[in-house]
Amino acid sequence: MAVESDVMEAAGPYDRARALGAFKFGDVTFYWITRACAISVLLILGGIILSLIIGAWPAIREYGAAFLWTQRWAPSADPPVLGALGPVYGTLVTSVIAMMIAIPVGLGIAVFLTEICPLWLRRPIGLAIELLAGIPSIIYGMWGFFVLGPFLANNFQPFMISVFDGVPVLGTIFAGPPSYLSLFNASLILAIMVLPFITAISVDVFKTVPPVLKEAAYGVGCTTWEVVRNVVIPYTRVGVIGGIMLALGRALGETMAVTFIIGNSFKIQSSIFAPGTTISAAIASEFAESDGLHQSGLILLGLLLFVLTFFVLAAARLMLMRLEQKAGN
Amino acid sequence: MNPIYVSRRRNNVIVKYLCLGAALFGVTWLALILFTLFFNGLAGINFAVFTQDTPPPGSTDGGLRNAIIGSIIMTMIGVGIGAPLGLFAGTYLAEYGKHDKLTSVIRFINDILLSAPSIIIGLFIYGAIVVPMGGFSAFAGCLALAVIVIPVVVRTTEDMLGLVPNPLREAASALGMPRSLVIRRIAYRAARAGLITGVLLATARVAGETAPLLFTALSNQFFSLDLTKTMANLPVTINNFVQSPYAYWKQLAWAGALLITLTVLALNIGARILGAERISK
Amino acid sequence: MNFVRTIVAAGLVAASTSAFAADITGAGATFPFPLYSKWADAYKKETGNGLNYQSIGSGAGIKQIVAKTVTFGASDMPLKPEQLDKEGMIQWPQAMGALVPVVNLEGIKPGELVFSGELLGDIYLGKIKKWDDPAIAKLNPKVKLPSEAITVVRRSDGSGTTFIWTDYLSKTNAEWKAKAGSGTAVEWPTGVGAKGNEGVAGNVSQTKNSIGYVEYAYAKQNKLTYGAVINKAGKTVQPTIGAFQAAAANADWAGAKNYFVILTDQPGEASWPITGATFILMHREPADKAASAEAIKFFKWAFEKGDKMAEELDYIPMPDSVVKMIEKTWSSDIKS
Repeated sequence: MAVESDVMEAAGPYDRARALGAFKFGDVTFYWITRACAISVLLILGGIILSLIIGAWPAIREYGAAFLWTQRWAPSADPPVLGALGPVYGTLVTSVIAMMIAIPVGLGIAVFLTEICPLWLRRPIGLAIELLAGIPSIIYGMWGFFVLGPFLANNFQPFMISVFDGVPVLGTIFAGPPSYLSLFNASLILAIMVLPFITAISVDVFKTVPPVLKEAAYGVGCTTWEVVRNVVIPYTRVGVIGGIMLALGRALGETMAVTFIIGNSFKIQSSIFAPGTTISAAIASEFAESDGLHQSGLILLGLLLFVLTFFVLAAARLMLMRLEQKAGN
Repeated sequence: MNPIYVSRRRNNVIVKYLCLGAALFGVTWLALILFTLFFNGLAGINFAVFTQDTPPPGSTDGGLRNAIIGSIIMTMIGVGIGAPLGLFAGTYLAEYGKHDKLTSVIRFINDILLSAPSIIIGLFIYGAIVVPMGGFSAFAGCLALAVIVIPVVVRTTEDMLGLVPNPLREAASALGMPRSLVIRRIAYRAARAGLITGVLLATARVAGETAPLLFTALSNQFFSLDLTKTMANLPVTINNFVQSPYAYWKQLAWAGALLITLTVLALNIGARILGAERISK
Repeated sequence: MNFVRTIVAAGLVAASTSAFAADITGAGATFPFPLYSKWADAYKKETGNGLNYQSIGSGAGIKQIVAKTVTFGASDMPLKPEQLDKEGMIQWPQAMGALVPVVNLEGIKPGELVFSGELLGDIYLGKIKKWDDPAIAKLNPKVKLPSEAITVVRRSDGSGTTFIWTDYLSKTNAEWKAKAGSGTAVEWPTGVGAKGNEGVAGNVSQTKNSIGYVEYAYAKQNKLTYGAVINKAGKTVQPTIGAFQAAAANADWAGAKNYFVILTDQPGEASWPITGATFILMHREPADKAASAEAIKFFKWAFEKGDKMAEELDYIPMPDSVVKMIEKTWSSDIKS
């Protein structure tokens, strides 16, 4: 770095002034560089929103708000008829099912890691769970397509279908025929993918519980479960919910894994073993062969997804921030 | 015995086993996925994978050289653009603007970008770079990766600089060191391991990204170092090959999947070891 | 870091040796991508000239050639003559491919089940829901059909394959034409969408009582049970290279302006009805004349020497008579 030479030059009074000037210049420059970089984060967000709106504009003008509640997706009709209801429904359903699986399991792992697991096992198990988050999403897609999908279609789905056959409501949710491209299969993959996020954040927020509180509860004879339920969870509730929302944000936008196994059907069907589609899967599979209004409609879907995740993530951050303030006090 | 006590004990045991079951459930998936990768991928890994380019369909020789090198180049350039930018931005948040309104807005936006769907980033670069430039290019792919790198590095940089004890800074300032030098020579040095951890994590994150490359860098059958043209890369090559009817392409796809997963996991583990060192110090 | 430096250095050396060759760039349809990349590989080995083909989809390929960012575009749908004139472009068919309906039914052998376009249309419309439907039984009196629900499998991604399939259904089933139409991605009335030919092939082979459509190569490579189809002449044909070529030979290439022929449902007793050609688009007055001449050289080479490679990948080479016409078009229409 240039500092050594600066310091050496600062020998006489004249040089000293020059060196101080150089310092000042360096100082101000550095400040503005960092500030410019920080502001560029805002510019990126602005750029994303702007480019999505520009790309989606023809579709917005053509379909207006009806885009949101139209189920028909007919890109080859003349003019194309496009509606977001199918992908939005699929996005929400897969995310909700994924969260229904991932929340209890993720929290269970977090409790296991913080309260039950012997110390020496904590690091390896914690690492294994965190590595799940590191596996690229295309690998989940391949694995889901070649391994998990066929397994579910041949074993799990026929079982569930026969168990709930004839039962009202549940019978239509778990209806056949089994398929290895389905909403449920995509949900299960999503659940595995977001599991580490819920676990990691829960472990972090569980650690913010003052030991005194837990020790007091154990001291009056509480069992581990009672401590978790009555002390740890209430204390960290906001943070846990924040972590769940963060995971939800991930689930909503996950692309490659879902594209492989959801079966891309824009029709809304009551069975979760039927194919569906999500916003990101629709974009990933149709964008390359699209043009004109069709492409614009896909970008509009992207804009919807961005708005949706923006609100979910914003809510998550606000909740986590509240917990941080609480921990700070 | 007191029935309430019995039921409390019983509930406790049940919950403990459920939690144990949850942990096993999670670990099992990792084991299953890794097993599948090794089972399908190991057979395909040989010397040719690293020395030969992607073959045409139906061939029974060829490798992934162009895709591997393309991935390394694009990841390096993506991180090369994104990491310094993120580092400086994180520096501003942690050192200069700690109590600014602007800082809290940037921090909030950055956290959202951190989890933004990567396909949206792909659409953004498609609209902002690919369309105006009139074609797909490796450079567009690099930029898409850089956009993903930035928020990761911003976040870790801010966190890590926040852990540097203030007395260090105060001591340096008291000696007459200008602010920028305090940051560069004291804070950066103290947080070095943490900062590198952040960059490693960001690298791991983008090395396996597929969605943002689909509409930006695309892929290329041949070896190319030209950033203005399309460039082969592992994730997109895997995506194309695994869905083909040709056995050798599928074999290469699984070999590539194994390589990329091991690389990403190694980066993750490396980052964690480095991060742990920082804590134990 | 040394490792990375070595790799980059090795890369630079490799790049500098190949950088002198003139590279032809093209973009478009995904349907012929395996064939073009195979040709490109052989061509590079023979002449040293590379061809960089980006399979980005027909629509995007047309956009790129109109914008002159590539030397040639490739599309599975021929452009209308008016549109070609407006952009100052020519087009010609470079190769053909065929689709086959594939099923997963216990005890049924390849080629045993017979379909008609109308029947396939009704199945894909969701009107025929069970395998023992009278409409299927009528065409297959000797086959024992199960009383099971049909799982319809189709492509989820936009593709030229879907264009050929839906175009065939539109020509043979009026209701399909009105309700879904033809295109690279259509509004599917029913069915499971799978990604790529591979997704459809995989899903059909895994799902009992399913039906799908794939390029012939995928049916062959995955050993799927394909069906026979009744063609325009009313004859039942099996999917064979001969039947695919008959469809191309019976098409009226000479009478069609700018080779505007869609190959589905062609006349002729031996014609396989679900056949499609893939087209190349180039400018009459190319911006880069040298690159354009190189591209023509490549396509000429492909017509001369590429037939065997095409057949290996289960594509169908253009008949010689058509190739002669195309070569005449090149010399008269492209300014060099």
